[in-house]
Amino acid sequence: MSKTSAADRLDVLGTSRRRFLASTAMGLVVLATSGVKARVLFGTGLPWDSGATDPPRQVLPGPWQFFTPREGEVVEAIVERLIPADELSVSGKDAGCAVFIDRQLAGHYGTSDRLYMKGPFQPGLPTQGDQTDLTPAKKYRLGLKALDAHCRTAMDGKGFTDLSPEQKDSLLAAMEKDEVAFDGPVGSGSFFSLVLQNTMEGFFADPIYGGNRDMVSWKMIGFPGTRYDYRDFVLKHNQKYPLPPVSIGGRSDWARKG
Amino acid sequence: MARKLPHKDVVVIGLGWTGAIIANELCDEGLDVVALERGPWRDTATDFNLGYAPDELRYNSRQELMLRPAQTAVTARNNADQTALPMRQYGSFHPGNGVGGAGVHWAGITWRFSPYDFRLRSHYTERYGAQAIPDDMTIQDWGLSYEEMEPYYDRFEYLAGVSGKAGNLNGQIQDGGNPFEGQRKREYPNPPMMQTFGPTLFAETAAKMGYKPFPIPSSLLSRTYTNPLGVTMGQCTFCGFCTNYGCANYSKASAQTTVLPVLMRKPNFELRTLCEVLKVNLDPSGKRATGVTYVDSSGDEFEQPADLVVLCAFMLDNVRLMLLSGVGTPYDVRTGKGTLGRNFCYQMANQVVGFFDPKRYNFNNFIGGGATGMAIDELNNDNFDHGPLGFLGGGSTRCAPIGAEPISKRPTPPGSPTWGSGWKRAMRDSYLSNLSVGCEASSYANRGNFLDLDPTYTDRLGRPLLRITFDFPDNDVRMSAYVTGKVAEIVRAMGAQQIVENPRTRPWSVVPYQSTHVVGGTAMGMDPSTSVVNPYLQSWDVPNLFTVGANVFPQNSGFNPTGTVGALAFRAADAIRTRYLKSPGPLVHA
Repeated sequence: MSKTSAADRLDVLGTSRRRFLASTAMGLVVLATSGVKARVLFGTGLPWDSGATDPPRQVLPGPWQFFTPREGEVVEAIVERLIPADELSVSGKDAGCAVFIDRQLAGHYGTSDRLYMKGPFQPGLPTQGDQTDLTPAKKYRLGLKALDAHCRTAMDGKGFTDLSPEQKDSLLAAMEKDEVAFDGPVGSGSFFSLVLQNTMEGFFADPIYGGNRDMVSWKMIGFPGTRYDYRDFVLKHNQKYPLPPVSIGGRSDWARKG
Repeated sequence: MARKLPHKDVVVIGLGWTGAIIANELCDEGLDVVALERGPWRDTATDFNLGYAPDELRYNSRQELMLRPAQTAVTARNNADQTALPMRQYGSFHPGNGVGGAGVHWAGITWRFSPYDFRLRSHYTERYGAQAIPDDMTIQDWGLSYEEMEPYYDRFEYLAGVSGKAGNLNGQIQDGGNPFEGQRKREYPNPPMMQTFGPTLFAETAAKMGYKPFPIPSSLLSRTYTNPLGVTMGQCTFCGFCTNYGCANYSKASAQTTVLPVLMRKPNFELRTLCEVLKVNLDPSGKRATGVTYVDSSGDEFEQPADLVVLCAFMLDNVRLMLLSGVGTPYDVRTGKGTLGRNFCYQMANQVVGFFDPKRYNFNNFIGGGATGMAIDELNNDNFDHGPLGFLGGGSTRCAPIGAEPISKRPTPPGSPTWGSGWKRAMRDSYLSNLSVGCEASSYANRGNFLDLDPTYTDRLGRPLLRITFDFPDNDVRMSAYVTGKVAEIVRAMGAQQIVENPRTRPWSVVPYQSTHVVGGTAMGMDPSTSVVNPYLQSWDVPNLFTVGANVFPQNSGFNPTGTVGALAFRAADAIRTRYLKSPGPLVHA
């Protein structure tokens, strides 16, 4: 195992860090004397731990946590073309999709900590899924570097951010078809599909993760978000749902004014 | 060196649906029961908390509540000539982890199998002749009858509070229920769920075409209900964050919402979480289990002696633990001999997506749950004449919008752009006006499909991973094409402008999610040369070892498995209580 901290080991087993802290603080009966403790529960009813809930942490704007400043600019330029500003919504950049991707890559998603990353790594069939040892974080680092190199040689020394919107779109379309030769182990097609997947995750996920600012995508399509109770509307067939969306953090108009 | 712990009467491995049922029943018998769960404790208030349970990124995209491959993965290949490689992330199916297991994130659809499913080979032979079953199709009888299963189906349905409409009460066909179901002694414990627009349109259209639609039997509850154990559940709110999520409303049946509030208070029950069983220990004769060895989250090893060992982990792990423990004879694909790992099957998940005129249709698919919808059963199993068709099997057809969380559920018509303003317009137009009808179909055993231990890849503890060798047999692919075509006729008649047919085709891929209905590997039956456990789920080789899970299915029916798994758990518990404890030893003599 590459990880040694108690909390990291527990993460692999599916437990939350808050739960780990609450369990140790309560001094529950334990079997062994060192390290992280398994729990023994008997005759106690349901072992509910006060304060052990593990809510998501609100992503705040601010400096990049994973991207370099240059990488961040390029990703912003990409998500601005994947989700352009138009009459339906603000752009992916203004919705926060690049911030979302940055924070995801800085966390367990970026590092593949929860995935099976033991070797040997060998090429497989498409039916066997991704068999590379590249984490999403590494794929971004290598893919962005290859994109930059491609632009410098093929686009008159310009960087991706220097291209016109039309040039960006045609380059992205060629990447989608895997027609752009990228140096290194990350192909243009797989890099494009990863960025597109993460951009859509950011655009449609709960705003607490940094994308989908003010539920812009949910308003666009008519998804009411986290309302969690539609009993009074189940039988109202083929009618527009009347209420605006709500997110885990509520709605901006719930915030205290002044 | 493992530290030896004080003896227990029973050790139960895994505290999901089956482990909770077995442990509760055996505690009622007065036995000292310890359950070992490889994952963490989980409860509604803490882990499926209303404040943040509706979170698609965390629970669906990132699979927060599911087994993490870093803990245990499997390897996969389509046939024995390929090299199996690890599923580095779970895609095709989602094993559970932690208390409640996969029963935390299941959909809640709760069927009884067709009466003839339990004697499938005999049934097909009688109806179509032995030559209708292909040589490489190793389907077999279960060694028990539907009539023997009925009381246990009833117990599971009343435990879970299933909401539905009977189709066959004591032989009398009931209007509004499934006319193909086996006889049931009494109604479901709760009335059917309300229906949204999509399933209603599906049912009206299907009825006009001569089908007999009925509400899907749902373990998301139509009303507040107190089960026979005295545990009270709430009414489903159609929140739309259901399959792949824990339920914050106490309205999806799971170990947490039906059994644990009672079981956890019993003085003769003990639960140890974050404790992963390494193997079942056998005495020198190899005919008797002496207990289990497990490792806790500190990495310390313990030996837990017990008189009775019950494997109740996720079905893949039950098979793996038997392979790792040397119980039974592993299947040899070259000779067809050996039983352990044989008859691994899956589910043919077929689907038709309809795109309707957005100006006229608003389905509000975000209102729903894993088991809210309408179904027909004319296309299932052997409910139609296969004589002229050249294949066997079929599936349950249902329109059941499970929610419309938009990272994963925003289909666009074929030919739509995948990004840019054109994509935005297509997605905006189709989001509320698309509707899917699925056909969850049978998966029949084949000589070439099996489970064994991988020769190369190991888990974090150094043990071999389970290796899946599987592809969809010709029979099942032909069946899928047929039923999907029939489903498409219905969706067209519903008024869809554009239709996408997605019948399951070869090769099986580990990447896209299909269903978590992996079954088989320790088939039950009356013949030890083709089964691993007898019809009471007792090991033929080690009589004080039982295993409860979908791993005992000899093949899969065109239904979701959990209703049958729950019934088998009650049946095994009953056999232990009323037969095994009186005279510990083989319950069936081969």
